[in-house]
Parts: sequence; C-alpha cells; structure tokens
Amino acid sequence: MPVFYGTEIASRLMLGTAGYPSPAILARAFRRSGAGIATVSLRREGAGGAGAAFRELIRDLNVPVLPNTAGCHTVREAVTTAHMARDVFDTDWIKLEVIGHPDTLQPDPFGLVEAARILTQDGFRVFPYTTEDGIVADRLLQAGCEVLMPWGAPIGTGLGLNNLYGLRTLRAQHPEVPMVIDAGLGLPSHAAAAMEMGFDAVLLNTAVAKAGDPAAMADGFARGLEAGRLAFEADPMQPRDMASPSTPVIGLAELA
Amino acid sequence: MKITVNGTPHEVTAATLEAALAELGYGDQRVATAVNQSFVPAARRGAQALQSGDRLEILAPMQGG
Repeated sequence: MPVFYGTEIASRLMLGTAGYPSPAILARAFRRSGAGIATVSLRREGAGGAGAAFRELIRDLNVPVLPNTAGCHTVREAVTTAHMARDVFDTDWIKLEVIGHPDTLQPDPFGLVEAARILTQDGFRVFPYTTEDGIVADRLLQAGCEVLMPWGAPIGTGLGLNNLYGLRTLRAQHPEVPMVIDAGLGLPSHAAAAMEMGFDAVLLNTAVAKAGDPAAMADGFARGLEAGRLAFEADPMQPRDMASPSTPVIGLAELA
Repeated sequence: MKITVNGTPHEVTAATLEAALAELGYGDQRVATAVNQSFVPAARRGAQALQSGDRLEILAPMQGG
C-alpha cells in the first residue's frame, strides 16, 4: 500500500467528502470501499454551525484526513488556509490547491510551487494538486514535496486520464515518488488504468458522490483499483500491431 | 465597535479575538480564525487585540474533495 510521508495508507482509494446525498450515504461509501483517506475543507462557520457534526462524522470514518485548500487562487490564500486547517484538523498534511483558472480549475503551477515551498518550510507535508507537467513536478520536488498529485482531467469532469503520454512520462521520470491521480476520474476503469500505469493511488469525489448509488460506485472504484494494481504487478504483456496466434500452429491438421 | 465577521457586519464590545468569539456565541466550537487575512492560531486569540473595522474569518471543518 502507498506510503505518504512515512505513513502507510490502508487503501489506494482516497475519497472526498463533498456532495453526497446525505451524511449516512457518505459514511456507507467509505465503509463499503475501504477508502484510506478522507479529504476535507474549511468553510465559514456561524455560531452553532454544522462544523461539529461534520467533525464527528469524519472521526467515525476512522481514516486519516487530508484537508485541502480548495477554492484558493493565490499563494497567500492557500498558505493562510493551510495554517487554519492545521489548527482545526491537527494534521500537518495539506492537499495544496492553487487554482489558476475558474473554468478549468487548472492548477496555477507558479503559485503552486511557491506555496509548496512556503508550506514545507512551515512544517507542512504537502500533497500538491498539479498537472502532468514534468518540469512543474521537478520544481515541486525541489520545494520539498514528497508526493505528487497530477490531475487525470479537470475537477468534476469525469473524463478520466486525458493525457496518457504525459502521465506515463511523469510516472517514468520519478518512479520512486508516490503519485496520486487526483481529479477528473469518472469510472472505475479510469482508476484501473491509473493503477496499470503504476500510479500509487487515486483521489476522487464527484464520481462517487454524484453516482446514483454512491456506496456501490465507491466499491466499484475499490475493485477497479485492485484489478489495475494486480495487473501492474503482474508485468503485463506488450501490445503489438500484428496478430499472433495463441493456439499452437504446429500439429494443425491439413484439412483444406 | 464595528467589525466584519465572515463578511457580515457585527457590533461587539470585546477587545480581543478570544472575547469576540465568546461574545458572538461560538462557545467551545472548534474553529480556525484569521484577522484581516492573517491567520491567528487558537493559542494566540487571547493576545490578539481587535480594532474597529477589523475583518474576521471564522472557519470550521466542512465537506471537501
């Protein structure tokens, strides 16, 4: 199982907690899939607000939490949000999002690297939401990140792995770095493909939360991950263009 | 004095962030705080003086992806 900053995770499935039909269905999705990490956020809270109930729900999931900086568009916002998250979640893990464009939710690589550097110096263990760009990955590693989280596709699209070449290249460039495909997955087959490529985990939310049966879909993702990982470890055959008979030709009767 | 809490105007008599949280009814809720866009750790709220016009952000755990 993947190890992030010295902590082994119980599953290759990291699951978001937003957008479920109910808290009970959220909990069922986690239980049925065995997801190993729950991502969470911070939002404005009124007196007597819902934060305490949500905290209790998350505690009952009994998995490590990974707070995010979702919605932050500047280094300052992301760094401040990370500090606030550490204050209430009691973890130095942070899923670092610095969003560069409101329509694509594409990471701002310049702000991301800068925020990662600052937060690492401040003692955080940074999980950067990034693209498949290899140079940005290099900079993030130089900034102190020990995990990379390249997107599969833009957040919430369900398009799967948009740039297979780029992701394959990134994986090959840093085989020792734990990598999580974060965002854009829609189906368990996408997660299986990520595993077959050698990625360590996937992080998803919408594909499960917005499914007609979130718990069943979470289970489907868990099985897709297991199948893909088994295939990766089994050393798959290399595809070829020409057909090659699997049944022996020697001994074939002359019947024509 | 007049301050802004999560984007909404409020009138408080509290002189510190810690006292303002109590006055605003947050009690023992576990929240994270910032004043004028700067993070204020829970342990420093008692020493964080407030001034008229200050903008407070009070955040709590929420669903996230």
